[in-house]
Amino acid sequence: MGKTLFDKIWAAHTVRQLPNGMTQLLIGTHLIHEVTSPQAFGMLRDLKLPVLYPQRTFATVDHIVPTDEREEPFSDSLADAMIKELRKNCDESGIKFFDIASGKQGIVHIVGPEQGITQPGTTIACGDSHTSTHGAFGAIAFGIGTSQVRDVLATQTMALQKPKVRRIEVNGKLAPGVYAKDVILHIIRKLGVNGGLGYAYEYAGSTFDHFTQEERMTVCNMSIEGGARVGYVNPDQTTFDYLRGRPYAPAQADYDVAVARWKSFASDPDAKYDDIVKYDAADIGPTVTWGINPGQAIFIDEKIPSPEELPEKDRSTAEEAYAHMKLRPGQPIKGTKIDVAFLGSCTNARISDLQEVARYLQGKKIKVGVKGIVVPGSQGVAALAESMGLADIFRNAGFEWRGAGCSMCLGMNPDKLIGDQLCASSSNRNFKGRQGSPTGRTVLMSPLMVAAAAVTGQISDAREVFGLS
Amino acid sequence: MSLPKISQVAGRGVYVPGDDVDTDRVIPARYMKCITFDGLGEYAFYDERFDASGRPKPHPINDPKYAGATILLAGRNFGCGSSREHAPQALYRHGFRAILAESFAEIFFGNSITLGMPCLVMDGHDIRALAALIEGAPQTGLNINLLSGRVSLADVTFPAELPDHAKEVLIDGKWDAIADLLEGLDAVKSTAAKLPYIQAA
Ligand code: SF4
Repeated sequence: MGKTLFDKIWAAHTVRQLPNGMTQLLIGTHLIHEVTSPQAFGMLRDLKLPVLYPQRTFATVDHIVPTDEREEPFSDSLADAMIKELRKNCDESGIKFFDIASGKQGIVHIVGPEQGITQPGTTIACGDSHTSTHGAFGAIAFGIGTSQVRDVLATQTMALQKPKVRRIEVNGKLAPGVYAKDVILHIIRKLGVNGGLGYAYEYAGSTFDHFTQEERMTVCNMSIEGGARVGYVNPDQTTFDYLRGRPYAPAQADYDVAVARWKSFASDPDAKYDDIVKYDAADIGPTVTWGINPGQAIFIDEKIPSPEELPEKDRSTAEEAYAHMKLRPGQPIKGTKIDVAFLGSCTNARISDLQEVARYLQGKKIKVGVKGIVVPGSQGVAALAESMGLADIFRNAGFEWRGAGCSMCLGMNPDKLIGDQLCASSSNRNFKGRQGSPTGRTVLMSPLMVAAAAVTGQISDAREVFGLS
Repeated sequence: MSLPKISQVAGRGVYVPGDDVDTDRVIPARYMKCITFDGLGEYAFYDERFDASGRPKPHPINDPKYAGATILLAGRNFGCGSSREHAPQALYRHGFRAILAESFAEIFFGNSITLGMPCLVMDGHDIRALAALIEGAPQTGLNINLLSGRVSLADVTFPAELPDHAKEVLIDGKWDAIADLLEGLDAVKSTAAKLPYIQAA
């Protein structure tokens, strides 16, 4: 019987069984950022423990960095204390820190792949639930809590219960104007926001085979919104080509050896899964959320569902959603007025996202009264976008072009919604209060749909706005 | 490192209804700007409990009737969203010592167990029935018995489940994994030695 990538990586990284039946799993690569690591370093100090493998932890700063005035000290003294604490912890422990001055800073899930740190056949952990993003490379990547950050710093391992594996196959070609973001929103809509509880998701099928590495990242990123802590795609030539020549990827002769090894981790054709589901790419349309969790999603031309159309268990959350979003069941979502358009986050702020939007936005202007901001996922993405002329396309269209960070994805820096503003957002969470205002409203969608909403001032079908067919 | 063995939790309860209560609601991101967890307790459910100018809103946790409650009752998929340990930390520091819900998000569950805060799964009807009993007698304490998998209030008892591994670590006082993990350091080094990408660095 064949094995899945998950089984193979799990076996290669198993240190031992713990007395309580959990597995002590080696974490080969550890990523940290300023929000969830300082308390972990504090715990280490209390326990008088050193960092065991400092060369296997990499740090950057993303959640609290301002995207406009980036000189230190930051105007927010708490944010300033956080970046200084991270810098100090990294210095003291000998951990590589992609600091603002390095030109390599950015959202941790964008920096890891960009630097070639994220590699197939590895285990990765980070104190952030969107660590699942790194699974796009055929790695097992876990979002962890601060106590586990401490565990990984001190022992390079953590205690885990092995999850089951569900294969999610999507086959066929996506229609024009339909993107990786729509695929994952569709999967979450179908399987539910807790459908993935206890599972690792393997994304497979011809749609994923043809996806670029960046599209795969968008899908794996939101595994956690579907309740799965881990999501991955088997590594293939697309993955190997992406990694070639990156700063932390194996160089020259080592690269070929590494590729052979990476290939060996892919799921066997006869691998056994705990569950398999299949979707047809042709059935997926541009998808937007209407509620307060990412599973409350519909195609752009559908109406907001009424309670009777929903399974009984979803009705109370739906009622809460209508009230918070100030939307009525039975209404079309299309035409809903927006206040803010946010292009950013670890879901969709990579260079290919910006390229795709710029291609259609060129020569267009965003609607007067709409605040549009573009926040590149990393300084690397920002520099590339400048050199390719994309940044100017966004500026000319009326978007504010910002420095790299998480920004309005969660509003821990000065970029926040105000009052009950409605935001068309390329991010991953539409929870109440997520974008910095308790009454703020978030509608999740693909980057091109965000651009379409910005241009028209209302939630729109990008295919119509930009003439795609 | 020796930890208390947790085989039961006793205390008064408070019911915060609603499904899919995410970590942003448990602790809004703006209160995560901190380098220690101290002081997080007062911000638990902040936006649900206070309006924009900081005035208390009607919320079970603000209700004097439930003041001092240490057991939280909740709905389905409690703690979904972020991996931030700030969420269970905020609840723990607010004073909660156990949570009863219809289901829990996975990372939240793990983070809570690591703090020694049991999260037990109950049937939805039972939760609502228990909540009604608490409403009628908010001063009466609940008793959660991890061993028997039961929650009782006065003479009424409901089943409440905890997965075996979580039950074991709590009962054995091994809910914080660090001691066990440290014992395996030799094995860690030999496993790492077999993985080229770890050695290359
Ligand atoms: S961009 Fe958003 S989801 Fe991604 S790491 Fe930052 S805050 Fe989390």
